[in-house]
Amino acid sequence: MHRPVNENWKQTTMLIFEHARQGRRAYAQAPAEKPAFDDIPEQFRRKAPPELPAVSELQVVRHYTRLSQKNFSIDTNFYPLGSCTMKYNPRACNTLAMLPGFLARHPLGPVDHGQGFLECMYELQDILQEVTGMAGVSLTPMAGAQGEFAGVAMIKAYHESRGDHERDEIIVPDAAHGTNPATAVMCGCKVREIPTGKDGDVDLEALRAVVGPKTAGIMLTNPSTVGVFDRKIEEMSKIVHEAGGLLYYDGANLNAILGKVRPGDMGFDVIHMNLHKTFSTPHGGGGPGSGAIGVSKRLKPFMPGPIVMKDGDGFRWSNRDELPNSIGRLSAFMGNAGVLLRAYIYARLLGRSGMQRVGEYATLNANYLMVKLREAGFDLAYPERRASHEFIVTLKRQAKETGVIATDYAKRLLDFGFHAPTMYFPLLVPECLLIEPTESEPKEELDGFVEAMATINREAETEPQTVKGAPYTLPVKRLDDVKAAKELDLAWRKANAA
Amino acid sequence: MSNVPAELKYSKNHEWVRVEDDGSLTVGITDHAQAALGDLVYVEAPEVGESYGAGDACAVVESVKAASDVYSPVAGEVIESHESLADEPEHVNEDPYGEGWIFRLRPDKPEDVDALLDVDGYQKMLEEEDV
Repeated sequence: MHRPVNENWKQTTMLIFEHARQGRRAYAQAPAEKPAFDDIPEQFRRKAPPELPAVSELQVVRHYTRLSQKNFSIDTNFYPLGSCTMKYNPRACNTLAMLPGFLARHPLGPVDHGQGFLECMYELQDILQEVTGMAGVSLTPMAGAQGEFAGVAMIKAYHESRGDHERDEIIVPDAAHGTNPATAVMCGCKVREIPTGKDGDVDLEALRAVVGPKTAGIMLTNPSTVGVFDRKIEEMSKIVHEAGGLLYYDGANLNAILGKVRPGDMGFDVIHMNLHKTFSTPHGGGGPGSGAIGVSKRLKPFMPGPIVMKDGDGFRWSNRDELPNSIGRLSAFMGNAGVLLRAYIYARLLGRSGMQRVGEYATLNANYLMVKLREAGFDLAYPERRASHEFIVTLKRQAKETGVIATDYAKRLLDFGFHAPTMYFPLLVPECLLIEPTESEPKEELDGFVEAMATINREAETEPQTVKGAPYTLPVKRLDDVKAAKELDLAWRKANAA
Repeated sequence: MSNVPAELKYSKNHEWVRVEDDGSLTVGITDHAQAALGDLVYVEAPEVGESYGAGDACAVVESVKAASDVYSPVAGEVIESHESLADEPEHVNEDPYGEGWIFRLRPDKPEDVDALLDVDGYQKMLEEEDV
């Protein structure tokens, strides 16, 4: 007997607590003896047992297997989320990072028990330094946003150390990642926004007009979030440096230039790298990430610690005297060890020539996809420009003619088995989709995506309601975005139990 | 085409301004702005008593797509704030020029309002932006 579809759907979207029945348990998983906790003082012991779901082993297995089948991930589908670099995470990185010596290492264990791990981290610092052309690297920041915070905090500390107390303005182009102005504000700076020209490059005249004795620095992503490489970067670097400011490189789009151009050579003073993007550690769903930073010579004394040092043949953490003006610690140990290990292994697997191929194929894939979509009748936001690792399609015309908007295209793509691209970002392009295929996708996958987009384009003209009602094939249909944002319902509470 | 009332003044950042009988200014975002943002989920109105320069960010409107700043169209002090929009942001979508007002301002210099766009100027700007 088949269960009716809606019943099945309900089964697969229930919380584990909703499967619970009093007295049910997984006996095989329970400890054989009641653990002793005599060594925990009375006042710290809980009075009531924790609220655990009373379920059988089979229920647990089914529940989590079903959930895993619902995962939309790079392991199952094409995931062209712009600026997120959802590339394949090689299995070798997982396998090697999970060697028992790494897994069992305690972060507070003696340094001579973790020499292998420290050596990997030392080499990772070296590799990242070389790849970005910087003078020093700290692996400590736990994610991109923390890397950004570290970067701007260092810029501030640098100016302060020179008695230059008036510099509290950070210049941010309007095509920047939303985190850039947020970081500047977090660090106590004011944001000066400058516009992007029609060709996608930063407006140099606008830049000249805002720099001055209050300029602490500029935050730039290059290639930018409009998917093009800013050709005037050297000129910008000169303008900002001559005004006494520093240049911050947002490494979100580093994948496009990996092994090709180095931020250090472009004149940047500080950079954060999203190792979970460019160096292919698993991400999505909120982490864990890694926002390692690289600095120019003048910012080296300000790096967040600790970093890994080499003494003869041995490795150790740096001490305070070695980073005298450090902005301090950003994490309890030194970032997410497992993520850093995967990034290290990825870098070693690629080698120098492999990294160049990453940049080349990421760019080739993006340009191929861009041209194919244009041929299929889509408008590009910057048609005159070659794409870097990502590009923008604008659906302004379709929205006007058919009423079908970018959201509808994104939702309909799900029915075709593709994750939606980034939408409505950057804000300066109306009805946009920001598409980043990465180097890992084969041509057939890209062609399939173009075909799906072309189909949706036809549907928008002939049967717009079909597109506006999508998705149809997923466990949940079109969601009420407003209700979801206004009435967050994230935590299970006993009173809510069915 | 979006609704652009003739009796109001407009900023380049898509705020509308109504000059009240007592010389104070009521400020909100235009019909075009609310349509571009999509359904709002939150409005952070400015605090009464705060002073802002022309073009200073003083409020935030957050939609399902994006969060955007609302800028003070002229220099002045906030004398009334439509705080209940935090719970009922839909007023901005449904009635941008009425129940969707965001704050009232006492301008430092009443003549500053003259520098804002009139209905023709704003409409021309919208056409140039091709929206």
